[in-house]
Amino acid sequence: MTSISAKRGVPARRPRATVHRRTPGAWAVLVSLAVLAVVMLLPFVIITFNAFKSPADYSSHGPLSVPKGLYLQGIKDFWERVDFGAKLVNSLIISGSVAILAVILSVLNAYALGIGRIKGRVSILVLFLLANTVPQEVLVYPLYFLSKKVGLYDTRLSIIIIFTAIQTAFGTYLLSSVLSAFPREILEAARMDGAGRFRVLWRVVVPISRPTLGVLFVFFFIWTWNEFFLPMIFLISNENQTVPVALGVLQGQKLMDATMTSASALLGIIPAVVFFLIFQRTLTRGITVGAVK
Amino acid sequence: MTQTLSAPPAEAVSKPTGRPRRGLSYSVYLIPSAVLFVAVILVPFVMNIGFSLTKWDGIGSPEWVGLDNYTKLLSDGTFWASFGHNVALVFAMAIIPLMIGLVLAAALFDFIAKRFGPRTAAVLRACVYLPQVLPFAVAGIVWAWILAPDNGALNSALKAVGLASLREDWLGDQKLALYTVMGVMIWVQIGFPLVVFMAGLQRVDPSLYEAADIDGASWWRKFWHITVPQIRPEIYVVLLTCTVAAIKSFDKIFILTKGGPGGATTVPAYYSYQNFFEKTQVGYGAAIATVLTLIIVAVTAVLISRQNKAEGADR
Repeated sequence: MTSISAKRGVPARRPRATVHRRTPGAWAVLVSLAVLAVVMLLPFVIITFNAFKSPADYSSHGPLSVPKGLYLQGIKDFWERVDFGAKLVNSLIISGSVAILAVILSVLNAYALGIGRIKGRVSILVLFLLANTVPQEVLVYPLYFLSKKVGLYDTRLSIIIIFTAIQTAFGTYLLSSVLSAFPREILEAARMDGAGRFRVLWRVVVPISRPTLGVLFVFFFIWTWNEFFLPMIFLISNENQTVPVALGVLQGQKLMDATMTSASALLGIIPAVVFFLIFQRTLTRGITVGAVK
Repeated sequence: MTQTLSAPPAEAVSKPTGRPRRGLSYSVYLIPSAVLFVAVILVPFVMNIGFSLTKWDGIGSPEWVGLDNYTKLLSDGTFWASFGHNVALVFAMAIIPLMIGLVLAAALFDFIAKRFGPRTAAVLRACVYLPQVLPFAVAGIVWAWILAPDNGALNSALKAVGLASLREDWLGDQKLALYTVMGVMIWVQIGFPLVVFMAGLQRVDPSLYEAADIDGASWWRKFWHITVPQIRPEIYVVLLTCTVAAIKSFDKIFILTKGGPGGATTVPAYYSYQNFFEKTQVGYGAAIATVLTLIIVAVTAVLISRQNKAEGADR
């Protein structure tokens, strides 16, 4: 009884529900969007199929067939050949350190610029914005030259330092505008309680801005993870390479057969999809934050 | 009791001296970044300009040549062609995905979500967004493999459906390569505007659409007169970030074509890399990178000022 009355209640509360009927046209739109979604996913599906094919299966049935069995040797061979576990660790160390350091520095900068409103903050912000737009090609040779001079060339530390600076430029720009809207009453109240500037930052500003800082962390992590150009130039020895660099360099050498190439691509896709699933909510929210500013 | 009584005078005393100190102590928080920025961005940037005024192979001592590298650039066909390819990439990475993203976002937001439920819309959105989370190096490997001339998935599929005559060397044909790269870039990019625009649509006042519905406005009219103007800030953000990203393109070209065949897909970022590390013409590479920077800064300035003007007109 109650469920019937509830169902009847819906159209009564929404008199224009008739506008949103599932007309044939509506189904046509849904079908064409579903086709688009399939086209977008198709490359992932093909790669997955071929990553699990044996070379014999591939050569007799071509790239489009469904694998005849679950052949894991190709993935295992590739993993061992490039020492993929070590590449994952390198990528995690580099992206994690950059994300943490860049969030800390962005908070410190944004505290001075957004809340402290120090003199000349507009020109300082413009400098950060410029630093963020500069292409990496304009920095690469001097950085290459300098890092060799100070003995940091081909170290993970060099990439951590460089990307901390690059990501901080964006983080400062975004976070300063977020913090300039920070409720003044809360700051005043904390000061009345006798909190010093650092205490206010650490005990008040950081906890209240935690969602935004979380978003920045995710962005910095994924962006750094995906970087290719500077890591390729700086991390030339095998034991320092990140996942994208190792895959990109191997692909360039054209030494892999078709099934091993798809195994390598699948191993590159998996971490990205894992991050996507873990961070999905934070990411969509974060993009909203970035878009409004 | 005595504590609370004595506290206010202490505040009053410290206030006059506190003011000048206030500015100082906040700037302290900028010092770590300032050091980092001078070392990683400012000094290298100035050094790069210095390099661009020399002839240098990266090993010996640089030889001062003044503006020679820049005058050489003016008559370098490869350099001009590379900017032409960059314009194509701006279309493939900014303009086309922006337009597709707008229509898709509107369709998902006020058509699919209302008729088939928000979950359906969210799943479709996630499918379109997925390529965005891949490192481009990986997306490039996927596509280079699909587009391979001999046994690539695309050519095999064409053969399987009886269209064998349409098979091409997608990335190896001088006339085709740039269009193929553009197609791959559209696949990579459309998720970004879609997600940004769908988020933006959430803050549009639904009563605008209801009023238009009462007036019997068609879907396209609502799209043009409500959706597009309402999310104009997001459109500018997407246009700016995607255009700058397109002009900076390096990894896409490096993985897919290495600038080839025969320079058909060279872009300035890749051309400067070639000069730095393959031809060891550091001065010339530095000059290309400097010009590239000027162009990006100019494009950014133009887009931001147009955005400010548009926002001013709204108010």
